[in-house]
Amino acid sequence: MKIAVAVFPGSNCEHDVEHALGLLGADVELMWHQEDDLSEFSAVVLPGGFAHGDYLRTGAIARFSPIMDEVSRLAEGGFPILGICNGFQILCEADLLPGALVANRDLNFICSMVHVRVESTAGVLTRDAEVGQVLRIPLNSYEGNFVADAATLDELEASGRVLLRYCDPAGNVTDEANPNGSARNIAAIADPGGNVVGIMPHPERAAEDVLGSSDGRVLLASFVHAAEEASR
Amino acid sequence: MSEPVRFRVRVMRKAGLADPEGATTTKALRDLGYTEVTAVHFGRDIVVELAGDDVAAAEARVHEMCERLLANPVIEDFTVERL
Repeated sequence: MKIAVAVFPGSNCEHDVEHALGLLGADVELMWHQEDDLSEFSAVVLPGGFAHGDYLRTGAIARFSPIMDEVSRLAEGGFPILGICNGFQILCEADLLPGALVANRDLNFICSMVHVRVESTAGVLTRDAEVGQVLRIPLNSYEGNFVADAATLDELEASGRVLLRYCDPAGNVTDEANPNGSARNIAAIADPGGNVVGIMPHPERAAEDVLGSSDGRVLLASFVHAAEEASR
Repeated sequence: MSEPVRFRVRVMRKAGLADPEGATTTKALRDLGYTEVTAVHFGRDIVVELAGDDVAAAEARVHEMCERLLANPVIEDFTVERL
């Protein structure tokens, strides 16, 4: 079983993802965005960074990279696809996930640890976690503010596709605990199949105790386990 | 060679979406005494130049470009104007 990490011009978290997935025993390969054949892979991660300089809109140009045709094909086939930060933005631009990510409520670049609460295990990012579990992982973004129309938000909630919400350390989902103004405190969502997931904070930067938190590990382990199942 | 056909694409955030930049600028203007200001809206102007003489076809192509790349229909509206 192999996991591809897509590398766009301007990606900057690909090695962190490679390292963190490697800690979990996954066989990971970095794949340049011009690649048009991912047939040997069972899962793909779109890492954080500033693909194509974030020009026009975050993810707007990256979604047309050749590798994205393969990502769409794998997504349709039920294979696990994970977008982290900029990768989440790309998945929204590509219409593989609903909504969009816009500038943070306070127009600040946020680089700090945040708390998120597991809301649902119906996605490949949270399947090994427990509902109600509070995780401490870092957020590192300017356009992290998730928006969607009310009908889309209602549908996401009703179908268990809101995977994580920003919360306080005790797990209370409040406006004060919402770092960037995201609609309904949403930090991570899934597509209807649960195999395409997007998360704004960075689990790969909280995958070992030496980094100050290993809370992101359960999320990455969920993804690796889903990739293992998909490869069978 | 003929002059390129030029269009101005104006991309604006959809009404109803939070606009922190507009809200902050509104407040700054009101603090300066322009208390009649009720809202400020930011957008983006993109000028697209195209080769060819068929203006109607060019405009249709620019609309298509907006729908595919230049604007995100989830968060933005756009208009196209011939320059």
